[in-house]
Amino acid sequence: MSPRVGVVTFPGSLDDRDAARAVRIAGGEAVALWHGDDDLHGVDAVVLPGGFSYGDYLRCGAIARFAPVMASLVDAAKGGLPVLGICNGFQILCESHLLPGALTRNDSLHFICRDQRLRIEDTSSTWTADYAAGQEIVIPLKNGEGGFVADERTLDMLEGEGRVVARYLEVNPNGSRRDIAGIRNERGNVVGLMPHPEHAVEELTGPSTDGLAFFTSVLNSLVASS
Amino acid sequence: MTDTVTHAEQSPEQPQPFAELGLKPDEYQRIRDILDRRPTSSELAMYSVMWSEHCSYKSSKVHLRQFGEKAPATDALLVGIGENAGVVDIGGGWAVTFKVESHNHPSFVEPYQGAATGVGGIVRDILSMGARPLAVMDPLRFGPLDAPDTRRVLPGIVAGIGGYGNCLGLPNIGGEVVFDESYLGNPLVNALCVGAMRHEDIHLASARGVGNLVVLYGARTGGDGIGGVSVLASETFSEGGPTKRPSVQVGDPFMEKLLIEATLEVLHAGLVEGIQDLGGAGISCATSELASNGEGGMHVWLDRVLLRDQSLSPEEILMSESQERMCAIVTPENLDAFLALCGKWEVEAVVIGEVNDSGRLTVDWHGERIVDVPPRTVAHEGPVYERPYHRPPWQDALQADGPDDLPRPSSAADLRSTLLAMVAAPNLASKSWITSQYDRYVLGNTVLAQPEDAGMIRIDEVTGRGVAISTDCNGRFAKLDPYEGARLALAESYRNVAASGAVPLAVTNCLNFGSPEDPEVMWQFAEATRGLADGCLELGVPVTGGNVSFYNQTGGTPILPTPVVGVLGVIDDVDRRTPIAWGPDGELVYLLGDTRDEFAGSEWAHHVHGHLGGLPPVADLQRERLLGEILVAGSRDGMLTAAHDVSDGGVAQALVEMALRSGVGARVWIPDGIDPFVLLFSESAGRAVVVVARTEELRFTEMCAARQLPAYRIGVVDSGLGPDAGYDAGTQVLQVGDLFTVTLDELAVAHEGTIAALFAS
Amino acid sequence: MARVVVDVMLKPEILDPQGRAVQGALGRLGLTGVTDVRQGKQFVIDIEGDLEGERLELMHRLAEELLSNPVIEDYRMQVLPDAQDVAQ
Repeated sequence: MSPRVGVVTFPGSLDDRDAARAVRIAGGEAVALWHGDDDLHGVDAVVLPGGFSYGDYLRCGAIARFAPVMASLVDAAKGGLPVLGICNGFQILCESHLLPGALTRNDSLHFICRDQRLRIEDTSSTWTADYAAGQEIVIPLKNGEGGFVADERTLDMLEGEGRVVARYLEVNPNGSRRDIAGIRNERGNVVGLMPHPEHAVEELTGPSTDGLAFFTSVLNSLVASS
Repeated sequence: MTDTVTHAEQSPEQPQPFAELGLKPDEYQRIRDILDRRPTSSELAMYSVMWSEHCSYKSSKVHLRQFGEKAPATDALLVGIGENAGVVDIGGGWAVTFKVESHNHPSFVEPYQGAATGVGGIVRDILSMGARPLAVMDPLRFGPLDAPDTRRVLPGIVAGIGGYGNCLGLPNIGGEVVFDESYLGNPLVNALCVGAMRHEDIHLASARGVGNLVVLYGARTGGDGIGGVSVLASETFSEGGPTKRPSVQVGDPFMEKLLIEATLEVLHAGLVEGIQDLGGAGISCATSELASNGEGGMHVWLDRVLLRDQSLSPEEILMSESQERMCAIVTPENLDAFLALCGKWEVEAVVIGEVNDSGRLTVDWHGERIVDVPPRTVAHEGPVYERPYHRPPWQDALQADGPDDLPRPSSAADLRSTLLAMVAAPNLASKSWITSQYDRYVLGNTVLAQPEDAGMIRIDEVTGRGVAISTDCNGRFAKLDPYEGARLALAESYRNVAASGAVPLAVTNCLNFGSPEDPEVMWQFAEATRGLADGCLELGVPVTGGNVSFYNQTGGTPILPTPVVGVLGVIDDVDRRTPIAWGPDGELVYLLGDTRDEFAGSEWAHHVHGHLGGLPPVADLQRERLLGEILVAGSRDGMLTAAHDVSDGGVAQALVEMALRSGVGARVWIPDGIDPFVLLFSESAGRAVVVVARTEELRFTEMCAARQLPAYRIGVVDSGLGPDAGYDAGTQVLQVGDLFTVTLDELAVAHEGTIAALFAS
Repeated sequence: MARVVVDVMLKPEILDPQGRAVQGALGRLGLTGVTDVRQGKQFVIDIEGDLEGERLELMHRLAEELLSNPVIEDYRMQVLPDAQDVAQ
């Protein structure tokens, strides 16, 4: 049986269908999870998809963080459940303190949608194991508030512990400190990523299929550990 | 005191502010005749807003009829003109609905919110047909790029479109950005939405079934844009006249997203008998149209409407244009299930009325009758005007002032510098500073997006069936000859869709003109609609719906007549799309169609000489149709690796865009017997640049020869031109005959720099 | 030194989607009886020298035209005479 990956829909989630499609293309079973449901329905991993939960009002992710499903998710993530937060999902993970730092308004002050080159810096996380260390990939980036910020000590700590998962190459599209595009928690099961790997899983609709390995990584690790 | 029906009967002589509400004395008298008494203030509000130009199409109706009368025979049309949006059969059990609307005046007043609510409004139109909205496009027109007011409105409009569409989760897949002096002080913000549904899910706006309930759901009603639609869209803004500015409508894309999901769930659960969105004219429009299309009667308890502002009067509630609201007709048995699904999405819903067979629309306010009217007289039987029109006396002189005497570049060096100047001209320069603020990826079905010829989305993820859409209009051509200009707009849009590999199927339009009370503008409108209707008949594509925007003028000066035409095409498998980027070395570049010395209204005449005069290019629609068939066959049979329509900026612009999109250079030559300048910059219609693999060349050229479509081999893709042209190996070069060479880097700097330089912070 | 504090709020009749979303969240998190939330922004501007006469007028004009959007927003401006007194 293929692993079951939950995709949470909050009011205002937008890329939930895309995340589910990416899970299926990677060979997993996508399970729809509802924000108001505190049950994770026994899924093996969870994706918090992109979008504008609660309209991004107040602060991005600030209201979604209090959804019933998040209480269960935070506990499960602390227990080792693989969780990938993409864009708005990354913002929710930071607001939930599963990941350090915060995401702020792009330094250009504009929403930006572009095909972004990244370097995968860390392949020890559950979500990046299928990449080669240092591999360069191109996947879509689309955000208005994607500038990763943290204090210097936290940034040094993330760098020192190898927890920067991906870094922007060529262009820093949003003013992220140290070109950080994604980070992981200490254990490596929780990853937050500002660009969108779920939009790079088919030649037809994406700039590449470079994003697929995020999803095969978690599926392979789940199969290996079962 | 509330002005009740009883009170109105007892006070026939009470003066009423009908003129301030935009009604003419004879229109007011007609309302009195219909009701056989004076209207109550609420009734007056309803009639005034529903009989406004914007809602009633009173000046345009007699001309728009041609779209129906001249409609080509087709079985593709499932729902025709008259509903919120037409519905087209694309096969495989799928139906597609699409429409374009204007939000010009609100976007001038408050660029961000005006543009944002324009997107929101057209999305609800599509939703109210039962379709899931799938993509948006935005044809935009501004004054000169460097004008101070353009710097005010453009960033706000772009941010508003992005802010709303991105948050709503709809990919923005195309549109236009055009700059012209005539739009200074009157920018055009047109918004298109396309949606899809299964045939069985088509829903119409009608209130059927006596005893069924009228449910208002979505955002609460506030004082947004009260009278905005009628007052704003019916009157030209005068210089510094804030008195005409109503309170601005503010969009809430988050609420709209919830409204979409809730609406699709209640529709799919079979809980809805009829549905209508609330746009301009709000509750007045929704209730009168629903009643008029259904059993003919409806009663509304207006005090049940959930309010954001408790101080609103009943007249204001009836006219409010608060966004993100919908109205559904629901049977009493289904009400609880309906309300439960709304609750799931945190959308407020309340029963405000009931369908009956009284033949009247009645509205009560705290137990008192404030409206009692025959709904058809409000919704469908408004005034119809045959506005006088005549050909402007200056038209002959304009057409006589052709571009033949304009100095042309003669030397090779002049041609080269003209090319670099043209690709950097505001109308031809890259629009990526704008389009990169729009999410084109969300929903994961975008196959082609700007700067491609057409936007293309996958509808069926299993079969790959999809649709392509393009919107186009060259307002300068329409000024030179509105009839031909409209046909040229149609031709260009049709060609763009065919170039992407899709079969053109249906047409929508957004007709942006000056004041219909100006007989010269009315002539432009009459000619353009006649041209568009004739053109659609000739090309065999029906008009499924559209929108008219009048009073686009600053002072007495109208905008260029701007009949924006949107063409939708279907492609069986989006995997066979044709992009504009050419492939690897050795592929052959062909120019299809005839190139004539046609520069009237061209971008070259406009940008280099500031000249507008002469007769626009010939619009040979039979040729367009043949070209379209060749482009589609080339895609279907795998003969073409790339294709690009030739329009603004001519062949030169097409080649530059193809080269920049692919990042690979090419060698281009000028066929015998044609002047290089004419080949590069003429804007003759009916042409495309296509790229053919060598293995397919014979098959392709034989097909063109058999169908008698001229095809000229004008180049070959070549990544190795650098060293011969005096550059480093690897430098990508466009070589034009033995005239000149230019590097892609040089072209990219010129093409990308113009807009970014002005707006990048 | 002077400190200018400008509060910008949407006009009362203009829809405030952000405030509405926050109102919903407050209710879900157990705070009952919330009848309305409006979200605004505050600018704190420190200026050298006294702010009076034409400069004050200019400040007012910029508060209206730059810091707020007079089509949809109101502003309220306070001038605190000595920044030292109000600095943290």
